[in-house]
Amino acid sequence: MSTHTEHQAPQGPEPLDVNDPKLTRFDIVREGARRDDIEIVHYEPQVLPGTKAERRLTRVVAGFFLITGLAATAFLAIYIWWPWQYEAGRGGDKFYTPLLGFTLGVALLAVGFGILTWGKKLLPKEVSIQDRHEGQVDSEGRTITGQTMLYMADELGVKRRPLLGISLLAGLAPVAAVAAAPLVGGLISQPHKNNQMFTTGFAAAEGGQRIRLVREDGRPIRPADISTGGQLTVFPGIDHGVSNRHADSPTLLIHLRDSDAQESRRANEKVGHGDYMWGNYAAFSKICTHAGCPASLYEQQTNRLLCPCHQSQFLITDNARPIFGPASRRLPQLPIEVDSEGFFVAKSDYTETVGPDFWERP
Amino acid sequence: MKRRKFDLAATPGKAAVGVDDRFAVATPLRKLLNKVFPDHWSFLLGEIALFSFIVLLLTGVFLTFFFEPAMTEVVYDGSYAPLQGTPMSAAYASSLDISFDVRGGLVMRQMHHWAALLFMAAIVVHMLRVFFTGAFRKPRETNWIIGSLLFWVGFLAGFTGYSLPDDGLSGTGLRIASAIMLSIPVIGSWVTSSVFGGEFPGTIIISRFFIAHVLLIPGLLVALISVHLGLVFKQKHTQWPGPGRTNNNVVGERMFPRYALKQGGFFMVVFGVIALMGGLFQINPIWLFGPYEAWVVSAASQPDWYVMFLDGSTRLMPAWEIPIPIGDGYVIPPLFWPTVVLPGILVGLSTMYPFLEARHLKDRKSHNLLERPRDAPARTALGAMAVSFYIVLTLSGANDVIADKFQISLNAMTWAGRIGLLVVPPLAYYVTYRLCLGLQQHDREVLAHGVETGIIRRLPDGRFVEVHQPLSASNGHADGHGQLDYVGWVVPKKMNRLGALGPAIRGFFYPIEKPVEAPVSPGHPPVEARPEREEIGSGESRR
Repeated sequence: MSTHTEHQAPQGPEPLDVNDPKLTRFDIVREGARRDDIEIVHYEPQVLPGTKAERRLTRVVAGFFLITGLAATAFLAIYIWWPWQYEAGRGGDKFYTPLLGFTLGVALLAVGFGILTWGKKLLPKEVSIQDRHEGQVDSEGRTITGQTMLYMADELGVKRRPLLGISLLAGLAPVAAVAAAPLVGGLISQPHKNNQMFTTGFAAAEGGQRIRLVREDGRPIRPADISTGGQLTVFPGIDHGVSNRHADSPTLLIHLRDSDAQESRRANEKVGHGDYMWGNYAAFSKICTHAGCPASLYEQQTNRLLCPCHQSQFLITDNARPIFGPASRRLPQLPIEVDSEGFFVAKSDYTETVGPDFWERP
Repeated sequence: MKRRKFDLAATPGKAAVGVDDRFAVATPLRKLLNKVFPDHWSFLLGEIALFSFIVLLLTGVFLTFFFEPAMTEVVYDGSYAPLQGTPMSAAYASSLDISFDVRGGLVMRQMHHWAALLFMAAIVVHMLRVFFTGAFRKPRETNWIIGSLLFWVGFLAGFTGYSLPDDGLSGTGLRIASAIMLSIPVIGSWVTSSVFGGEFPGTIIISRFFIAHVLLIPGLLVALISVHLGLVFKQKHTQWPGPGRTNNNVVGERMFPRYALKQGGFFMVVFGVIALMGGLFQINPIWLFGPYEAWVVSAASQPDWYVMFLDGSTRLMPAWEIPIPIGDGYVIPPLFWPTVVLPGILVGLSTMYPFLEARHLKDRKSHNLLERPRDAPARTALGAMAVSFYIVLTLSGANDVIADKFQISLNAMTWAGRIGLLVVPPLAYYVTYRLCLGLQQHDREVLAHGVETGIIRRLPDGRFVEVHQPLSASNGHADGHGQLDYVGWVVPKKMNRLGALGPAIRGFFYPIEKPVEAPVSPGHPPVEARPEREEIGSGESRR
């Protein structure tokens, strides 16, 4: 280390005696820097003491700090006395958050600028050079540390007594598993419990009772409720059918125009869904087969259903075939009819898997 | 005995001696105070990330006092009238309370969100700086890897964070996240079911995300950031080449007093900017989105900006489903490639890059001097390629908004993105490579011939030439050209960079000091009053 200091500080081969009373404080600072292999090569005051420039900069910095004080005080006053509680249509509360942010921001910015001005303008400019000790490999140190570690291995005698190492590994492996077991075991959850991935809220209840289609407010739907070309989001008429507990059940009930319905029926027959429609009404799952967003933008003129998340488009008159975007699978169709009281019911649950695709889906 | 007088001025000194007696800190403290840091504006980008993280911790702790991470169904009865009486989760109701019924809660929530966006932005820009200047090379590969991990851990922090309010927008994001997990071959349904505690959405995901967001992920971030900074400290910062700067030294300022003061001021500025944004710019107005309902979504549902590239890749992916006809048949959904495989490749490529480059260049040396982007054209071009790839994906993540605002067909936007993703990056590579070579060439030209002066001289044989001011003394050649080595640092390209116009006069409204006499270069006489203009003998008279 000492040889290095010599190399770095050619001006003073001997370290200075820091107790020498003749030294200025800066001399001691410079000596300290040298001992850390730092050479202060340039140290120049930016403003001279007592000059106009110094007084001006001092005023600027002080001004910034005073602005901070003012803004912070304003923040507190607003925080305490401004009418902040939300009231529809009154509006005073609308300015609460902006005012808080503004005063806090100004307070912090001003203290920041004050400190920056202080540091950048009032303190002397300096250029110091510190040695990195790059490429000076301490090979002795490496040898010593390496030998020490090998010595420890020797003392443990793992080489001579291999049984110890093997048995330790054999003992530790299950311990690691013990650490992981509660986490994995606690979190793991069987995805196919109650066949939940393949059923929705429309699965017929006990005794084969068919599930009604209901609106968001729970009322059942008659065919006359949807005008031609219209559509309605419907849910299974069961407990919590209109809630996230049955996130896979929302369905789009569409009243097709005559010509579209003809086309639709032909397309349905091709995929074996000949009797899924009731009259000109067809029902398709609203849950996109791509990533599970609700495919909810229905274009009446082209009979296309667009999912706003990733722009998959489904052609309703072709049995909801994906015609654009990343979705690869049709929207499942819900077989529907009208019961004796004149309300829509699901003939059965969906016959295909609803929602985004997964490995074991087919 | 005379009672010793209490000397106030000596107290700090005595206390310091007392501390040093016990902990022996004087020498290590001196080393710390003296540590030299190189200074350049681009070295401050990472600090923005660090400072944003501190703001995130401060505002985040505030939010936890009021947020209720539960999906229990409650009926809202807070003061935001439009949603009163709506059934919603406790998480969403408490987020509304933070926005409307906690004094100053909204400004804290918005500061937290803005700080998160700034955190990610600063990480990305800092990463670009490190990449394009070659700061990741040996011996700093480890820190590059930690930095890349910080981006992905920050990504997770952001995603878990904005999912917490359980509003209509974030619920849709969660739905997509569950679909992404589902798409993983073989184990997808098990992963999803385990994370969500059953079928989506279940009743526990918000609680799990909460503990991940406020404990696990911040803990990981703090650990990674500490190692990141510790390594910067240990390995010492890189520096630009320049006069007196070598691979073996650090030229800059000692940590105290000036450097530390500037850092402290900069922290306050970053904090202040976040406060201004949090107060003045609305972000994530959850009360407009309503509670999450599986059947409701609106157009223009965009995630936070750093997730948009994944949204874009998902939108651009063609509907390529891979069926596997074994047994009952299995399937790999198209969602798997852009959301699981692509990020995997990006993580792998970005973390391995330092080793790939060193291997390609057979470069085993340590580098403490930075390279300007133009001096490593291949790397810069590769970086431009990666950036353009990312930008195409991010823009595609907003392609429905672009299509809507600019009246473009949505399908055309998707196709533009698909084609652009393949065409733009190679193009960016080529253009960047040529630009780098051109910039290098111009630097070399100035070194060889000097700075353009703008003075046109007519030679006796009638030719016009521009006079160049050489950068070094003549080497004896008749053309007055000196020889300067190319060292990969800024070359003056204008006369006033050489001091030909004299130093600028300081002072905002009026000069605060008398301007110094302009230095007189030996090659030029002092500036005098302009002589009478002589007729230029080109044969054409001037009017």
